[in-house]
Amino acid sequence: MAKVLIPTALRAFTEGKSEAEVSGKTAGEVIAALAKTYPDLKQHLFDEGGKLRSFVNVFVGDENIKNFGGLDAPVSENETVTLVPAIAGGNADLCMGACL
Amino acid sequence: MSVLPGIIEDSRLNKLSNEEISRYSRHLLLPQIGLEGQERLKAAKVLIVGTGGLGAPLALYLAAAGVGTLGIVDFDFVEESNLQRQIIHSTNDIDRPKVASAADRINALNPDIKVVPYNTRLTSENALSIIEDYDIVADGTDNYQTRYLVNDACVLLGKPNVYGSIFQFEGQASVFYAKEGPCYRCLYPSPPPPGLVPSCSEGGVLGVLPGIVGTIQANEVIKLIIGGGNSLVSRLLLFDAWEMRFRELKLDKDPGCPICGEQPSIHELIDYEQFCGLKPDHEEIPVDTIEATELKARLDAGDKLQIIDIREPHERAISPFPGAKPIPLGQMTRRIDEFDDQIDSVFLCKVGQRSVFAIRALQEAGYKGKLLNLKDGVNAWARDVDNNLPQY
Ligand SMILES: [Zn+2]
Repeated sequence: MAKVLIPTALRAFTEGKSEAEVSGKTAGEVIAALAKTYPDLKQHLFDEGGKLRSFVNVFVGDENIKNFGGLDAPVSENETVTLVPAIAGGNADLCMGACL
Repeated sequence: MSVLPGIIEDSRLNKLSNEEISRYSRHLLLPQIGLEGQERLKAAKVLIVGTGGLGAPLALYLAAAGVGTLGIVDFDFVEESNLQRQIIHSTNDIDRPKVASAADRINALNPDIKVVPYNTRLTSENALSIIEDYDIVADGTDNYQTRYLVNDACVLLGKPNVYGSIFQFEGQASVFYAKEGPCYRCLYPSPPPPGLVPSCSEGGVLGVLPGIVGTIQANEVIKLIIGGGNSLVSRLLLFDAWEMRFRELKLDKDPGCPICGEQPSIHELIDYEQFCGLKPDHEEIPVDTIEATELKARLDAGDKLQIIDIREPHERAISPFPGAKPIPLGQMTRRIDEFDDQIDSVFLCKVGQRSVFAIRALQEAGYKGKLLNLKDGVNAWARDVDNNLPQY
């Protein structure tokens, strides 16, 4: 099982949960399993073609999966997978942050 | 480790006066700063974009530290709801331009600092000529258009962009410096489409969060000026104030980055409103709206309506809308069967922006009934119909 850390910006789609334990041997499998548990999350992570959205980064440990295989990046047992979406806030009055 | 040399050339350094030596003695006593480091701070010119939550601590700490020239860019006016976190502004400053209020505060804190206020929005037209005069840019903006604009202008001009961003209890910080590491576009090539990201004007933020993140930015600015230490270049710092947890992730330059990569496709500033999808798309189906007073009249006339409050429970509690059925935005399509398409539906949120996304979600899911958006949200209802309800 891998531990997925869910940032606040996406917690509206995970029933408020900040962490989830899911199984998967690659980053893609882990995220797909997460999106299966929380279907509302899917459109925020993947585009229509099933590609990871450009404003979401996925890190396995402290490495961006972009640098080692993308969604095929291996995830070992007990590893931490972190979702890092773009947030734009700085002022919180008129920001177009990834918020809901 | 990213140990960078100081960014200020020796030819720009001037000796400190005896008054300055007294004022900055606690810096001078640090071997990493010393007389020379303080002279570099004095010579440095830093542009702070935004004088809001992040810009406030940035400006105050950099002024206190003796950064010689501080440019501040903002077009906004001080509002009462800013004061919970924007500590550079005071109650007496409400309705003043933010740059005026910030300049007064900086001058009061440290009269040695030259403040250059830009009471304007940073745009593709003015960004290069403003930023050109500065050594470092600190990004304290609150929207994607300006973030990409600041990034691109800094890459094109070869300047470091000290980045901070906040959301509710979470913050991010990094130093984007294309000469030495990745830029913002290496991490996020393009922003989320507006359809997926309702405005934060409807979102909250812990007041001290921008204080912490903005102070981290100030720290990185100071190290870039004096040189040495370990810069946040090539690292993304994540901070969660609720969990009280800092995490650090590695960032790499993306060889395919459209602006700092090996074969860049962007060579000049672009139209950032369009890039961020903020220009109305002609093919988009318009959303029908209803004014608060019109809704009141229809309710008084006994019209049958389904009023849907798309806010989360804690937010509904601030200003509850009588008779509305709560369906949080994140559950709209899942609960489509709860709607009767023979009856008009009215959607409401705080200011009528998130409710548009609820309507769009139902339209996309194939809902056929009439969907109306309460214009300007519950705040308009409180303003125009029921003065007993608070605006927030
Ligand atoms: Zn780049």
